[in-house]
Amino acid sequence: MASLTASPQSPDFPLPAGASTTVRIEPPRGLFELRLREVWAYRELLYFFVWRDVKIRYKQTAIGILWVILQPVLNMLVFTLFFGRLAKLPSQGLPYPVFYFAALVPWTYFSYALSSTTNVVVDNQRLITKVYFPRLVLPFSAALSGLVDFAIGFVVLSIFCFAYGIPPTFAVLWLPVLLLLALFTALGVGLWLSALNALYRDVRYVIPFLTQFWMFASPVAYPSTLIPERWRWLYGLNPMAGVIDGFRWAITGHGQAPGLILLVSVAAVLLVVLGGLFFFNRMETSIADHV
Amino acid sequence: MTTVIHAEKLSKRYRIGERERYHTLRDVLTRALRSPLSFLRRSHHETFWALRDVSLDVREGEVLGLIGRNGAGKTTLLKILSRITRPTSGWAEIRGRVGSLLEVGTGFHPELTGRENTFLSGAILGMSKAEIERKFDEIVAFAELEKFIDTPVKHYSSGMYVRLAFAVAAHLEPEILLVDEVLAVGDAGFQKKCLGRMSDVSSHGRTVVFVSHNMTAMRRLASRAIWLDGGQIADSGPVAEVIDHYLRKNNESNLESVWEDERTAPGDDRVRLRSVRVIPLAAADGLITVHTPLRIEFTYWNYVPGAVLNVSMILNDLEETCVLSGGSGHGPRPAGLVRSTVTIPGDFLNVGSYYINAMIVKDGSVGILLQNNTVSFEVVEGEVVGSWYGRPPGAVRPKFHWETETFERRAVMASTVTEQR
Repeated sequence: MASLTASPQSPDFPLPAGASTTVRIEPPRGLFELRLREVWAYRELLYFFVWRDVKIRYKQTAIGILWVILQPVLNMLVFTLFFGRLAKLPSQGLPYPVFYFAALVPWTYFSYALSSTTNVVVDNQRLITKVYFPRLVLPFSAALSGLVDFAIGFVVLSIFCFAYGIPPTFAVLWLPVLLLLALFTALGVGLWLSALNALYRDVRYVIPFLTQFWMFASPVAYPSTLIPERWRWLYGLNPMAGVIDGFRWAITGHGQAPGLILLVSVAAVLLVVLGGLFFFNRMETSIADHV
Repeated sequence: MTTVIHAEKLSKRYRIGERERYHTLRDVLTRALRSPLSFLRRSHHETFWALRDVSLDVREGEVLGLIGRNGAGKTTLLKILSRITRPTSGWAEIRGRVGSLLEVGTGFHPELTGRENTFLSGAILGMSKAEIERKFDEIVAFAELEKFIDTPVKHYSSGMYVRLAFAVAAHLEPEILLVDEVLAVGDAGFQKKCLGRMSDVSSHGRTVVFVSHNMTAMRRLASRAIWLDGGQIADSGPVAEVIDHYLRKNNESNLESVWEDERTAPGDDRVRLRSVRVIPLAAADGLITVHTPLRIEFTYWNYVPGAVLNVSMILNDLEETCVLSGGSGHGPRPAGLVRSTVTIPGDFLNVGSYYINAMIVKDGSVGILLQNNTVSFEVVEGEVVGSWYGRPPGAVRPKFHWETETFERRAVMASTVTEQR
């Protein structure tokens, strides 16, 4: 574990030789630590947090799974009607319902993961002030627990594709990569926002606006081909642009194959996640004093 | 024996502002807009040291008790040792798996069932899934909740909730256990069971550091104690010595409040409070036990000749529950210094910390002054009979006259008696 260091035995401080671990407790230092190994050491707790979130989510909603399906389906209907039938936006040769649903499934996951990651530190403040575990486990668990919703949405998406007679191609093998990219985007931004939210409680009110703007900055309601070619790379700085575009392509075989946009997206996400880890770890040392 | 906890000059400073629950971005932005250069200035928050230069060593298998008043730094020390918060300066090293119990039911969620919460809370407290599975039946049996284990805990009574929470915690088997004042809750029988389990833990060579206001339990469980006062170590050593020292010192400083200056004394131009005193009658070496009678004395200046005044004593316990109250009664009094005394007999109060609020009322209805926490004192157990070391339940513990007799004698065959054994 990253924070556990073996100390040399000094004569004035004899420690049992067989003791399993030694923890050194020190004031926070401004070192750059990722502390991912500690998260790995606590992976069972990570599993339990995800398990808890999923259980509670499905217990608390009366209609349970139906709600998870309904949300993207209703969005899809609205998009199909307004952006498709009325605004007549291009859909890369795909039927509108498939075109929108293929984007809404990853987008719904992303926005859910982002908002739960942002709130996870504040929502678990009681725990944070009462027991130690690597705080990083919390945002990781929040980003992961949305995957169950995603899986359900994905099944519905497959049914859609089947109903519209769109056969799967080898491109579906790209899906895990794209999903991972969405997860890390939510995690990376969520790391920043969750630490900020612990310091300033009104950050959570910004989330609905942020996700809304972000959605229109991503090719959810329209194809990315609407963006002029020479600005495409800049567009890729929004990692969700690569994810959404990639999803449509991976599922239907139509549209943009992952290219420049995706590469720029991956680079952008790496930066955001690394920065997020650093910022979160810096704040982590004092989070228990703030919440 | 070897040292498992070594702390060197641990200090923790809080900014007063940090004790506020939280800030909002809105506040920060408006402040920045109002005075844009304030970021350049070093913020001059008021700070205070919750812990100051605390060094200690705990040896393997030792049970160390932490005592001190509220806000003395006990919980802060536990929080640093359990890595919940980091020290501002100083360092510590801990050898072995640490488990900390700072509250009852850490990680419990009302929507989840008893079974689900057992796993969740166990995992949060540091048990592995396999470990919880192995101990699950034992935990449920300890909590006596076999029938309700698949019911969501939101339907539990508070007693059931506490029992399950404790059962999970009690089965945590770390090498070092850090326990905050959690023994204060739960019914007496269950408390006893938990204390029993805790002394089991320490007799198995595990190390325990715990905070408690229950001096009787502390005496029984701990071998050594540290008394924290204002974030610093006031005394440490064998548990009995430290507790006696602490209680005596505490009583010395808190048994009386005197307002020497008539002009600033609480009250107004009709009445001013001069002093409140607790006088232990026949207290051996400054300790107040459940057997010690206490004389409470109030003195005040009365400026209105013939005023009908009633001085009241309001006796509160640590949880601010009023244990009893009583007044001196009415009657016209001449102007001058007045003294009212009352005696709380021995064998009346229960073990605990008490605070006295003083109130003076005119003409039976006009409140003139109410002075909170004028004096405080600690009542400890007298000689302990049997193996009971919890606090007997009840707000008070009066000694009533009991009569016991066998009113119908019955011949018992010798064989029955032997069988029962």
